[in-house]
Amino acid sequence: MLRRLLKNFRYGVIPVPGRVIAVVFFLFLYLFPVISGHPLYMRMFLFASIFAIFAVSWDLLSGYTGLVNFGHALFFGVAAYTTGLLYKFLGWPPSVTIPLAVLAAVAAGVLTCFPALKLRGPYLSLLTLAFPLMLLGIVMFFREYTGAEYGIPGLPSIAGSQTGEYYICLIAMTASVLIMWKITDAGSKYIRTGLIFHAIREDEIAARASGINTIRYKMLAFAIGGFFAGLAGALYAHTQGIVSISTLNLTMSFQAVIWVIFGGIVSIYGGVVGVYTLYPLVFLSRRVQSLFSTMQEALPNVAATVPLAKILEFLRELAGRPYLVLAVIVILILLFMPEGIAVWIRNKIERECPRCKLSNAAWRRTCRACGASLR
Amino acid sequence: MIERIIVHTLVSGGVFAILAIGFSLIFGVARVLNMAHTAFFALAAFGTFYLLSSVVGLELAVAPAIIIVVIIVGLLGMLVYKLVINPVREHHAAVLLITIALAMIIEEVLVWRFGGQNRTLRFLVPGSVDIFGITIVNQNLLTLGVVAAAIVAVWLILSKTKLGVAIRAVANDTEIAGLMGINASRVLMITMGIATVLAAIAGVVMAPLTTIVPGMWASPLMTVMVVVIIGGLGSIKGSIIGAFILGLVSAVSVIDPLALLRGGGAYLNMTFTLAAMVIVLIVRPSGLFGTLFEEEKL
Repeated sequence: MLRRLLKNFRYGVIPVPGRVIAVVFFLFLYLFPVISGHPLYMRMFLFASIFAIFAVSWDLLSGYTGLVNFGHALFFGVAAYTTGLLYKFLGWPPSVTIPLAVLAAVAAGVLTCFPALKLRGPYLSLLTLAFPLMLLGIVMFFREYTGAEYGIPGLPSIAGSQTGEYYICLIAMTASVLIMWKITDAGSKYIRTGLIFHAIREDEIAARASGINTIRYKMLAFAIGGFFAGLAGALYAHTQGIVSISTLNLTMSFQAVIWVIFGGIVSIYGGVVGVYTLYPLVFLSRRVQSLFSTMQEALPNVAATVPLAKILEFLRELAGRPYLVLAVIVILILLFMPEGIAVWIRNKIERECPRCKLSNAAWRRTCRACGASLR
Repeated sequence: MIERIIVHTLVSGGVFAILAIGFSLIFGVARVLNMAHTAFFALAAFGTFYLLSSVVGLELAVAPAIIIVVIIVGLLGMLVYKLVINPVREHHAAVLLITIALAMIIEEVLVWRFGGQNRTLRFLVPGSVDIFGITIVNQNLLTLGVVAAAIVAVWLILSKTKLGVAIRAVANDTEIAGLMGINASRVLMITMGIATVLAAIAGVVMAPLTTIVPGMWASPLMTVMVVVIIGGLGSIKGSIIGAFILGLVSAVSVIDPLALLRGGGAYLNMTFTLAAMVIVLIVRPSGLFGTLFEEEKL
């Protein structure tokens, strides 16, 4: 068993640079509390793990099946409020409320699916955009139960310590991403869902003509998307300790889309890369800002440094507006790198063998398995 | 009571109408759902405020200020279309994302440069008149007049001029229009210019009637989306009718919320309008007057 794992690692991971990067990245995440354990960065990676589940679930639902959901925050918010309300009024522990919250999110996914089945393209996007906002209005109306803009505070933590929370969220992230990766694997011999999702996106009528019940698979996509987004929402509520309306608003929906598009849509790993690149950018904006001000103070006060000081001042103010930077990045990515940054890098460092379809490092002349020429 | 409802319906319905016509026009012609549409509206309101107020020391007269704002915002709309929207026009998800990002950029730049505080602008024209015993402030009359003029102008452009014929041809079939010698991408850019100018006009006439904040684009965007869905995406007649329906709803809820809705009523107002949109989308996706393209059917 161990020998087979080692053999897989020796021949399946080491020769492919993309997989090496992924393994190193996960090793870094798992060892981070041991290496550094700085509470601020721990918190940053903790939330990044949760949002990675959220982003990848959007990729599975919208990237693969082409049902572009602009209201993904619905599932996140439904789960967060379910666990919050169950704790507030019944006092149940997180081990009970989180599974129930995930079930509620799955129910929300299936319910969204019914009207969504009739529409496509921009109409579907507008429809899904409306759902979290409708729920937001209801949450604001019943303020004695939901606390409206003050939220539901005082939720218990899922573990005693920050390290415990970190590992729970990280393991949940790893497991969710692996499961979603397997579900959407179009080359799999055992699970057909990946292939069918691709077929629905490319040509739904053709898929139906080949005897696939596309409605059932669309519903499945909504249910799976809701499941994982709900898991992220419930974990988020308990690590924040408060359920607030920010879990339901437009920014939350768009963030998922932005992360996935940045990393690479229809790839699963793209969402992970997007979250771990862009979330720290927003999270650390204050730190970057103070870094720039110390640099400004350190400048010698002579005339030659005036332009430099102006540039630093501009950068410092820019760092105070992370969402501006985020929006500009999104536009640039969509215009010049529409496949997403992770997929773009992967295409640079890896090449698929034309004969046996195995991935090879881009610098090899011949395929590592069958010896076919790669140039 | 009833006369206040009528005045409010006409004014807010009129402003929604020109916002919705612009939104619907660019969707009908280019199939672009422009989520940044009301961001241009906010930009125009800010421009009016800063050209008229003493903060930046310009203090222009009303008429030149309005014209400058409308022209600059219109040109900006065309520039933005050329640079970022046109390259991704075929992918509707990319268009939605890019235009949302544009709206975010406009809001963030406004906060950055001008600060997020509330601003109010004096009425552009002072005084009021009595019509049939109803007192109407002149600002509302000006708004109505400008809105009516804008709607007539758009209708004239679309139905009487060569440009209008070209726009309708491109809306019908971009490829055939291209074969007939129409420069489709330029026509689309001009259409975007017209749509943005309409948003800018709405922003200018709305500036004195509302609180000017950088985030003022989000709530009208929701309303405009509901209006065009109810009226039918791509239909101008539908947009106008939908706008006055929503204007009536907003007038009733602003002036006398039903007893049930008192208190948090404003929030449920949004829920109900969005619910109306969802129902229309499910029952009749083409709205009252819109047409559904073959490839968007299921």
